Amino acid sequence: MVPLTWFLALGLILFMIGAVGVLIRKNIIIMLMSVELMLNSVNINLVAFSHFLDNVRGQIFAVFTITVAAAEVAVALGILIALVRNRGVFSTDEIDTLKG
Amino acid sequence: MVDTAFIVEVIIIWIKVVVVALVLFSMPLALTWIERKVAGHIQVRLGPFRVGPHGILQAFADMVKMLFKEDVIPDRADRLLFKIAPLLMMVPVFAIFVAIPFGDKVTLPFTDRELTLYISDMNVGIIYVLAVSGLAVYGVIFGGWASNSKYALLGGLRSSAQMISYEVVMTFAAVGVVMLANSLSLVDIVRSQSGGFWHWNILYLPVGPVWFFIFFIAGLAELNRIPFDLPEDEGTLAAGYHVEYSGMRFAFFMLGEYVAMVSISALAVVLFFGGWDDPLGPFAFGIPPILWFVAKVMVFIYIFMWIRFTLPRYRYDQLMTIGWKVLIPISMANVLVTGFMRI
Amino acid sequence: MAEKFFFLMFAVVAVGSALAVISLKNPVHSALSLIACLLQVAAIFVLLRSPFLAVVQVFIYVGAVMVLFLFVVLVLNIKKAQLETFPKGRRWFAYAIVPVVGIEFLAVIFGKSFTATGYEAAVEEVKVATLGRALFTEYLFPFEVVSILLLAAMVGAIIMAKKRWD
Repeated sequence: MVPLTWFLALGLILFMIGAVGVLIRKNIIIMLMSVELMLNSVNINLVAFSHFLDNVRGQIFAVFTITVAAAEVAVALGILIALVRNRGVFSTDEIDTLKG
Repeated sequence: MVDTAFIVEVIIIWIKVVVVALVLFSMPLALTWIERKVAGHIQVRLGPFRVGPHGILQAFADMVKMLFKEDVIPDRADRLLFKIAPLLMMVPVFAIFVAIPFGDKVTLPFTDRELTLYISDMNVGIIYVLAVSGLAVYGVIFGGWASNSKYALLGGLRSSAQMISYEVVMTFAAVGVVMLANSLSLVDIVRSQSGGFWHWNILYLPVGPVWFFIFFIAGLAELNRIPFDLPEDEGTLAAGYHVEYSGMRFAFFMLGEYVAMVSISALAVVLFFGGWDDPLGPFAFGIPPILWFVAKVMVFIYIFMWIRFTLPRYRYDQLMTIGWKVLIPISMANVLVTGFMRI
Repeated sequence: MAEKFFFLMFAVVAVGSALAVISLKNPVHSALSLIACLLQVAAIFVLLRSPFLAVVQVFIYVGAVMVLFLFVVLVLNIKKAQLETFPKGRRWFAYAIVPVVGIEFLAVIFGKSFTATGYEAAVEEVKVATLGRALFTEYLFPFEVVSILLLAAMVGAIIMAKKRWD
């Protein structure tokens, strides 16, 4: 059997990779993908605990996470389309209209 | 730790997988010939006639042609994605057949061993099939994008929008069947319909035929076949997402499309026409169940071909209207009716 | 033993493709890597005896969310998106802080609290019926909230992506 710690470690590594992606990339699409990666790593943790504690709660929570992630992507990509259409920018550094 | 029984199990699964894969790989050869013959006879002409008697070896001639054709990769195409796109189209449609039950348990002759005529009876079978068949869209998207051609890109875009829209519709049809069978496992769904054709889901009046109608339309759209073959509409798009492909890569796309047609036919049989169930029920006279399954699938494949050479093509906005404004509201109403009937 | 082998296989591919997601220049290639990564996560869910979640992962993430991503990348002008260059030095903060936090978490995970006994793996697969019953009884209210959220997101996305305000 695979021990619990292995799953947690995998989740952690994926989360860190996602965090690095959000911090170092400027392309909005790739930042969004990194956020998805982080949400997924959280799901691994939830399901792993659900399995090892023999409790269905973790899986229910993971289902909610997936639903919310889908909603979040739809809205974020809608914003992105509006942004590109109005201002023609892809990079977070170029969205600086509010800067004094 | 590793005992003989386990090894025998693994070997049996391997044999099943290999047999199913070989049958699926060879089916398109026969299907292309049948399709062209059906086309010929519907349009009052002969169809392929030169290679072998009644052109029966035409498919092999085509295969040789495809093998020797130059494999063109367009300039400034994304070479990696261009190469893997046909595989991305092919792998999911083969993976569908892991969950599809071809028959119930049979006892092997000369031994006591029982053999199940399906590779795996997953307890989430129907969602697995829907999820995996949805992955075929990546072959279309990447193929269209990587070609670096505007026709291919437009075909890929149209196709992704179409397939995603109709996947929703198809999921609704599957929800209906799940409500009728009280199970997500495809084997259980078939078992719940056993005992003659009057037990089949298609005859669960009044909702059964409606579910089948919704499923069938969604299946046609998922397969990109006429009347919904907008992604490869030659009048406006040249050939759609595979316009830049030639040789074996093009053959892979075709292979994927034919196997997808077989998979949708098999799914229609499993969900609505009792799978391997004998239509005569108690009056059956001993035709093996798997032959019934194959016969039903063949009928569906013929219906798909028949429709292709009979109906004209829809316009793109009509396609989207049918999906979102007609089929989905009907499905929602039908879920309600089915729910009331199952209380 | 076999299970450990499969876990390592899926984990290595998942981490490799996750690294590809954040390091490839072209968003389409990143999306392909992310698809590979999400499929590995689905396989991990199967190892955790949660087939329903694995299939939902493939269905919603790989089948819908990633198609949406690709659709947007394809609709928008890809050539401009490719122009991004990797900043040098400016993002030292990320490179510095993330490994530190990561090692800290790893220490917690492999410390006493999680390796101790009491975390025995369940043997049975979770039945879909159990999941559904919990979802529609104990978690009915969150379920309704999430459905309202989905509706709101749908309306919001349509309004945002609309061409003109009439």
